Amino acid sequence: MSATYIARSSAIAARNLGGEMMIMSALDSTLFSLNPLATAIWEAADGLTPLEDIVRQRIVPVYEVEEPVAQRDAAEFVEKLARHRILVVSDEPIPNPSLSSTA
Amino acid sequence: MMPVGTSSAQRLVLNIGAAPIALYIEDPSFADLMRERYGDFVEAQGPACAEVEVQLAEAQSGDPDQEMQVVRDGRLWRMERGDLRAEFDSDTNRGVIRQTANPYAIDSALRVIHTLLLSNQGGFLLHAASAIRNDKAYVFSGVSGAGKTTIARLAPPDATLLTDEASYLRPEDGGYFAYGTPFAGELARIGEPAKAPVEKLLLLAKGPENRLDRVPTSAAARLLMRNILFFARDAAAVARVFNSACDFVARVPVYVLTFFPSPEVWNLIG
Repeated sequence: MSATYIARSSAIAARNLGGEMMIMSALDSTLFSLNPLATAIWEAADGLTPLEDIVRQRIVPVYEVEEPVAQRDAAEFVEKLARHRILVVSDEPIPNPSLSSTA
Repeated sequence: MMPVGTSSAQRLVLNIGAAPIALYIEDPSFADLMRERYGDFVEAQGPACAEVEVQLAEAQSGDPDQEMQVVRDGRLWRMERGDLRAEFDSDTNRGVIRQTANPYAIDSALRVIHTLLLSNQGGFLLHAASAIRNDKAYVFSGVSGAGKTTIARLAPPDATLLTDEASYLRPEDGGYFAYGTPFAGELARIGEPAKAPVEKLLLLAKGPENRLDRVPTSAAARLLMRNILFFARDAAAVARVFNSACDFVARVPVYVLTFFPSPEVWNLIG
């Protein structure tokens, strides 16, 4: 099974408001509110670290969730955001992703 | 883009939200109509941050009550509806409006132009009534039927109505200021050309009693975005409006105002 690489799209605006990450697609104006687990994945989406490693290193130890469950939930989350072109997904590293800045 | 302002055109400066727009109007009777329509928002002279030529034309095919279509073509923004066609160059801040002689038709184009001007300054137009009381502005937002005009009608005599339809909000002095607009709703009365720092944003809901509930910041941003007037499907502009909404809720407290339509509700507001 090949690795999945994820990077934040440049076609979004994102802000952390009161501890809640809000992301708006600039393409279709869809507004997302991420829970802490999804926020951790979002912030780690550097295009270079495989999603599987992100879950293993940042999610499982922090949120005390079984790894197979966390991997499945993370894949679903990534697929959803990719459908709205908020995350860029590739089976190869994304070396120069146009990362959006978050505030 | 047509040159703005021929020698025979009258120049009217329409000063809304400290963003004066010079209108060049060839037809003298229509210029008079504009002065009457916009009242104290019209200045005879003075500098302007945008210049727009207004030409009268026959109605295009289509429904004048339809929603304005706004499309970006490079630096040109094109607006079209049954009774109006317009272009605005966001680099030079110059444009042309071709419309029927209805003095209210131009409102739609001016709202679009103001949203473009405001979006570069961290501001926005909000579907909201607003009023000044004791030197502070209170903004009442909601969709049609939520009670904007009702709350404006219930305002005490010492309140200054800024608008019952579209509030003009921009960052100033570390907070946000509300400016009066001539954009009227069911009240059919233009606002006062005044401004004040925004004390509260109140999201309107009708109910059996008057109560005020603070809205957490993230939920406030989500609710605010629903009522911001923005017309274009342009990625950069959408991102700017989102950032402005986030800045606003970080600086201004947001509440849900559940109210029963009686004057006592203003005791709760401020």
